[in-house]
Amino acid sequence: MSLAKLPKPEELSKVSLQPPAKGWMENPAEFKPGTWCYSAAPKNLKTLGLSNPREWKPSDADWKLPENWREIILQGMKERLERFRSFRLFMDICVRCGACADKCHFYIGSGDPKNMPVLRAELLRSVYRRYFTRSGRLLGKMAGARDLTVDVLKEWFYYFYQCTECRRCSIFCPYGIDQAEITMMGRELLNLVGCNINWVLEPAANCFRTGNHLGIQPHGMKDMLDFIAQDVEDRVGVHIEVPLNRKGAEILFVTPSADFFADPGTYTCMGYLMLFKEIGLDYTFSTYASEGGNFGLFTSHEMIKRLNAKIYAEAKRLGVKWILGGECGHMWRVLHQYMDTLNGPADFLEEPVSPITGTKFENAKSTRMVHITEFTADLIWNNKLKLAPRRNDHLRVTFHDSCNPSRAMGLLEEPRYVIRKACNHFYEMPEETIREKTFCCGGGAGLGTDENLEMRLRGGLPRAMAVKHVKEKHGVNRLACICAIDRATLPPLMEYWVPGVEVTGVHELVGNALVMKGEKKRETDLRGEPQPAKEESKNV
Amino acid sequence: MNLGVSFAAVILVIVIALGGVAGIGAYSLFGIIIPYAAFIVFLVGVTYRIVVWAKSPVPFRIPTTCGQQKSLPWIKSDPLESPHNTPGVIGRMVLEVLFFRSLFRNSKVELREGKPIYGGAKWLWLAGLAFHWSFLIIVLRHLRFFFDPVPAGINLLAALDGLFEIGVPTLFLTDALFLISVTYLFLRRLAIPCLRYISLPADYFPLLLILAIGLSGFLMRHVYKVDLYKVKELALGWVRFQPQIPEGIGWIFYLHLFLVSVLLAYFPMSKLVHMGGVFLSPTRNLANDNRMRRHVNPWNYPVKVHTYEEYEDEFRDKMKAAGIPVEKE
Repeated sequence: MSLAKLPKPEELSKVSLQPPAKGWMENPAEFKPGTWCYSAAPKNLKTLGLSNPREWKPSDADWKLPENWREIILQGMKERLERFRSFRLFMDICVRCGACADKCHFYIGSGDPKNMPVLRAELLRSVYRRYFTRSGRLLGKMAGARDLTVDVLKEWFYYFYQCTECRRCSIFCPYGIDQAEITMMGRELLNLVGCNINWVLEPAANCFRTGNHLGIQPHGMKDMLDFIAQDVEDRVGVHIEVPLNRKGAEILFVTPSADFFADPGTYTCMGYLMLFKEIGLDYTFSTYASEGGNFGLFTSHEMIKRLNAKIYAEAKRLGVKWILGGECGHMWRVLHQYMDTLNGPADFLEEPVSPITGTKFENAKSTRMVHITEFTADLIWNNKLKLAPRRNDHLRVTFHDSCNPSRAMGLLEEPRYVIRKACNHFYEMPEETIREKTFCCGGGAGLGTDENLEMRLRGGLPRAMAVKHVKEKHGVNRLACICAIDRATLPPLMEYWVPGVEVTGVHELVGNALVMKGEKKRETDLRGEPQPAKEESKNV
Repeated sequence: MNLGVSFAAVILVIVIALGGVAGIGAYSLFGIIIPYAAFIVFLVGVTYRIVVWAKSPVPFRIPTTCGQQKSLPWIKSDPLESPHNTPGVIGRMVLEVLFFRSLFRNSKVELREGKPIYGGAKWLWLAGLAFHWSFLIIVLRHLRFFFDPVPAGINLLAALDGLFEIGVPTLFLTDALFLISVTYLFLRRLAIPCLRYISLPADYFPLLLILAIGLSGFLMRHVYKVDLYKVKELALGWVRFQPQIPEGIGWIFYLHLFLVSVLLAYFPMSKLVHMGGVFLSPTRNLANDNRMRRHVNPWNYPVKVHTYEEYEDEFRDKMKAAGIPVEKE
């Protein structure tokens, strides 16, 4: 689906938050084009050894489920209720106060009541009551319980792949019920009977085999990085060698593969390369661990572990001291909250210390992986970088907090500090839409595919409108973020809702501003667009 | 329909109590056996629920962070919204349990010409806080029936609660707050369309039941007055395990008592267990120190991975051709 085929923004933004007359249990999911993702190709399921590989479409009447699909799901639920306190508790304690209801970007943008986090959770909770609680077994619908039918399963598929696991609802819930956790369980269950989407499983299968989501093979990755280094040389005049799989390097650098694959991520990658060159960092990329992102997070806890394992394994093989991670959102949820638990302890690494400033990253002393904005903020604070922010004066920047760094890490100030030092014109979006209250891009958790474009644009509406606000108020023309999925999904979102605003990684801004030893006279920014001359700049 | 069912259920409870006491005079049943049974169901049920939760493992440390993490020393971290140690977590939980911190964040979205506008929505927080606090104080006040002599703290609480000395007997402030807030919470459920859409009988029933408890208590204190000395005699009998029914306590007392008994028995199997659950919520009661301290998953198991050796075996020639170092030449 392309932007041209969609209704006009004025049409799409006409959303009614009024629920329908019919009760929600009587309204099965309707698979409207533009609001769901294609099913996973059998080859990807086979690569990963997942259940029930077959050709099917979510819009088909027959989903070709295994004969005993209901038993599989119920057994799967039982196991997960026993393994996850979060799951059991979140099934039990919701009081349906409705505080979460209008906090979901998909609800705000679609008005579909099943996108209220509380109701999305009830889709699963109603089945939990029916099969796992006495009152549900006895009282049935009176207790909010219902049978697990094919229609219910389809509804799960529709709505659990209409949640980006952004956790915004969770900060408003008086009990901290986290829809991301419920969606993760729902998707795990769906995976048990082979109901999954290709936009998640193809990257996961690629990542398993080639080390990255995009299926880039080692020589291809070298070409891409060399190409990016060549762009740096053309625009900045500094030659950079990109180290790959180099044993004995001090630091392993892992970033989402999208950063060296497509614009505007590649500009962010230019920023990384320039920064590392300028400070003389002893580091290496890896082709085997060439993906920071982890689409296991959108599949199952087991898949998180299977894909994440390569990062520590590669750090061990190369003999590095610690790991540095690039700009990515869900990647950092996995690295911060899951990696050490799943694949640690990282006792073969050292506690991270910046070789340039000597700063010990105490907050990463167990996992031994540092976020690039923590690393760069420390460099700037210690005056190790020469920055000329006026080189970004043609940009009026706002910052989109990515869901996971804000709500699963609390990484709020580091990127802001870096942006403020690299740019003169920085403006915050309204308070209700940033930091821990940030809105999703609408395409996270594996939903950033084109057949789902209408739903992405709907889900991205709250974010887009906040950008529109600062565009109108402050003339903002650049939306900065620290997430590769954002860099892929925000550009069409901006094109549709807020034309004239481009998307950038934070390290692209750093690259623009970085004064490098031996650089030529910088006439353009990293995108090859004219850079403001010295006299034009003025501070605000 | 969900509302109708709940309403009918509460009416049925009231009819049973009135029929049982005023009708057939089953005082021992409604004054001793049912209250004891209900209390036991409550204790055993709630304990069971909490034990099941507490015994479920917490495989991952998944706090939702609502503030700046602790990272570089010169960046001010938020010890309560993103706590990195136990005192911080305790602080966060205190704010959550006693002051409903998360609910205080509540906002309301309206779409105006396609633009979401975020307005304040503190009423839910205020009513929730008023309801829970006044409920707690009312329960504590009731302890005066169970102690002889009454502990000074409880007398003080009652004195403060009746500070304004409106009417005879004094109107307790918490009684008024309680009735107003429960009514608000009930009407809110009916009036807000999306809330009505998600509401189950299990949402209306406890509200109506609690409202009936409050009203019957209010009527007993201010309209159909009963002899409180006799009520205390009965309560002390329960506590001393020598329960006896004193003569002449009015029917309204038994109605009130039966409603409370139903609430106690219903509690463990309902959403009301959120009272215990909130303490165990992994997104709130864990520190955001994930990269500082390793969290152990008790059921972490080995998984099938694609090893570097397998990877190099597939791509060795291409790697060598591209000048990428390999393990085996």
